[in-house]
Amino acid sequence: MKSKEENYLLKMEHVNKDFYGNRVLNDVTLLVKPGEIIGLVGENGAGKSTLMNILTGDPVIHETGGFEGRIIFEGKEISFSSPFEAINAGIGMVHQEFILLPEFTATENILLNREPTKYNVLSEIFGDRLNLLDRKEMEKRATTAIKKLEINLNSEMLAKEMPVGYKQFTEIAREINRESTKLLIFDEPTAVLAESEANIVLKILRKIANTGISIIFISHRLQEILEICDRIVVLKDGSVQKELIPSMTNSTEIAEYMIGRELKKGIRKFTEKREFNNTILEVNNLWVDMIAEQVNGVSFKVKEGEIFGIGGLTGQGKLGIANGILGIYPAEGEVKFKGKIINLNNPKFVLDQGIAFVSEDRRGLGLLLDQPIFWNIAFTSMQVKDSFTRSLLGGLVKWCDNNAMIKMSREYIDSLRIKCESEKQLARELSGGNQQKLCLAKAFVLKPELIFVSEPTRGIDVGAKDLVLDTLRHYNNQYGTTIIITSSELEELISICDRIAIVDEGQIAGILPATSDPVEFGLLMLGKKTERVVK
Amino acid sequence: MKGKLKNAIESVGLPRIIIFLFLVLLFILTPFVGVRFDTSLNDVIIRFGMNGILVLSLFPMVKSGCGLNFGLQLGIIAGLLGSVISIEMELIGLTGFFVALGIAILFAVIFGFLYGLLLNKVKGEEMVVATYVGFSSVSVMCIMWLILPFKNPNIIWPYGGTGLRTTISNQGYWFHVLTDFFRINIGNYISFPTGTILFFAFLTFLVWAFFRTKIGASITAVGSNIDYAKSCGINTDRMRTISVMLSTIIAAIGIIVFEEGFGFIQLYLSPLYMPFPAIAALLIGGASVGKASIKNVIIGTFLFQGILTMTPSVLNSIIQSEMSEVIRIIVSNGMIVYALTRIERIRLR
Repeated sequence: MKSKEENYLLKMEHVNKDFYGNRVLNDVTLLVKPGEIIGLVGENGAGKSTLMNILTGDPVIHETGGFEGRIIFEGKEISFSSPFEAINAGIGMVHQEFILLPEFTATENILLNREPTKYNVLSEIFGDRLNLLDRKEMEKRATTAIKKLEINLNSEMLAKEMPVGYKQFTEIAREINRESTKLLIFDEPTAVLAESEANIVLKILRKIANTGISIIFISHRLQEILEICDRIVVLKDGSVQKELIPSMTNSTEIAEYMIGRELKKGIRKFTEKREFNNTILEVNNLWVDMIAEQVNGVSFKVKEGEIFGIGGLTGQGKLGIANGILGIYPAEGEVKFKGKIINLNNPKFVLDQGIAFVSEDRRGLGLLLDQPIFWNIAFTSMQVKDSFTRSLLGGLVKWCDNNAMIKMSREYIDSLRIKCESEKQLARELSGGNQQKLCLAKAFVLKPELIFVSEPTRGIDVGAKDLVLDTLRHYNNQYGTTIIITSSELEELISICDRIAIVDEGQIAGILPATSDPVEFGLLMLGKKTERVVK
Repeated sequence: MKGKLKNAIESVGLPRIIIFLFLVLLFILTPFVGVRFDTSLNDVIIRFGMNGILVLSLFPMVKSGCGLNFGLQLGIIAGLLGSVISIEMELIGLTGFFVALGIAILFAVIFGFLYGLLLNKVKGEEMVVATYVGFSSVSVMCIMWLILPFKNPNIIWPYGGTGLRTTISNQGYWFHVLTDFFRINIGNYISFPTGTILFFAFLTFLVWAFFRTKIGASITAVGSNIDYAKSCGINTDRMRTISVMLSTIIAAIGIIVFEEGFGFIQLYLSPLYMPFPAIAALLIGGASVGKASIKNVIIGTFLFQGILTMTPSVLNSIIQSEMSEVIRIIVSNGMIVYALTRIERIRLR
């Protein structure tokens, strides 16, 4: 028994973690042997990042009340309260977004804060901090690290001038340069890389593992996971769903475990199959320049009265579509609404056509937090339709009719059951769920023919989630309003949409009826493109 | 009971209560140091009427998110131009006063528009840029006052015959036309400047009403959340420009009302530090860089002018020295420093 225990470099046992009462990790056990590559997969929000944050001593964990469970690293129980402790113990992390100093060379970045130094006169007076850098020695060490990776990286190159792939190589070189490193965590290292570069990174990972360093590899690209990992751990909703051996599985099976088999049975809020005739929105080759949600030429059609879902993993561009059409971010392409071409990059024009938008950025873009509820609900309508205003002095002055706004707000507060003291309460003081309802009310007041709703349930509790979805569904039923929902949560889309488009790398990977096998959506998300598009 | 008191204190704001109590203390002290209570009160009211509009002029820019108007001098210069041109034209009484206002507004519209364009290019750094716009415009005008072709011997240097004097008296033109309008005298020492106060009240009402219109609401939205405003289809740059023009126009009116009560038009470097007392007053009133109300304007002007009037007269009598200017500077700049540190705290939270 004892000898078996020593075989593991890292043992995370029965780890639990709550965030403000939300359980994000539930009895997770993760074992890593020396020199082993573990693939960690799971949907957004499955708990991968939280698990890694616990391991690397991210301060967020401590600030939110720590975690339960044991972590044993090299036979000793550990609990890091800062990333420095983790680094000193030999746990390194290569981030998805590069943490490099742009004005520094590869060498300087690799050896940052670990530079070999030379003694000089001033250090006698002021201590070691005034030692001179030993440039020659630095050069030597950096080149050794680079050589280990067997890549062609000029150590003199400034980080800001490097292509993305080289930035990634520099990050890796920095981590392996540390003598003490025993475990490296790679958080989607290939996400931003071209295929050839990604292949080099995979080769490097193998080489590192062969030197005895263990690796935890997080990726959404299942092919990569299957290619290089020794073991695959699938997380779902905060618990370990399954451990798999690559040679005995395939990407479909992994996707099934990620999405969850139970999804197949009855989470849909309605079962009837609805038929739609007229196309209300036609998008042709839309490009949107939204940071981290780039859209690279999507085309799709939405029918009148339909609830259309847009899903996909974070950062793949699904949020960019609504933001682009509504003119929040610069967009190019052709969008037709009821056969009429929509002027892009012009929010006023789009709103005038009878299109409303409930933004994913509720607190930033969706609400006037320091204004009262009735103002928040009425404001867009006042701007777009001149409602709640009275013309005075022969139309010279448009006077805001606060009483009309308050009266209308009361109706929406009642019908959407917004919990508040009065319609004069500030939007800031409401809970997340009630703020979301406020955003919906704001859109409903416009009496739109088409509503874009982005991430309607992000950051709100479970009870409120259902209420919000029911409200949307009900509104669609009652008024025949077309709704386009963008969401990271596949379950949510499946539960209320008629059809769902999955966005991957800024493009539509496929459009399927919501009644399709959830695994198919999972595969689309993970980049296995299918040609199947439902008419 | 305790909760109620706490709520009351919070809604008024502790700093205002402290300053108010200090002001009350100063008034109580007046008889003991040989200063007349009623004269002091009258001074405070007169100065309130003279300065109120300048403080009010800051309001639109705070509402639109452009911050405190440290470039108030631009509006003041427009007002000064109006005043000297009206006197150059030898217009007397209310006619002279309103012609001065008209010309000043004309200049303020032009200056405000250009100033607005500039501030739209430096979003987030408005206050720093505004400070230098204000300073440099004063310097430009130092040259202009010398070379503009004014001819009225009452306003140009007596020798040489060109260039305006540093201080020009408006007595004999439109001095006290507002102040003496329905002036109410109570006893020998109190003389209520009805016209000035009414004029201030009228402008305040106009500004309040403006912000109750659709366009005013749009400006408020731009100030509260510029991204939100954009997503509602509001032309945010236009709204900001309107607010800057409005601030500049009101400042131009404000300085003319100030001169009307003061009796002198001060040119050259005197507008240089004019924004600071106005800004300090607004901040004492409870406003911050991003938030202000009409209530803040009125309370702030009263408290600030009260302190400015009372502290020097009472303290000078106690310690027998001339400190009024020093105290004025300490109070007004101290208040600005206090307010600017407050915003940082809110942002970091």
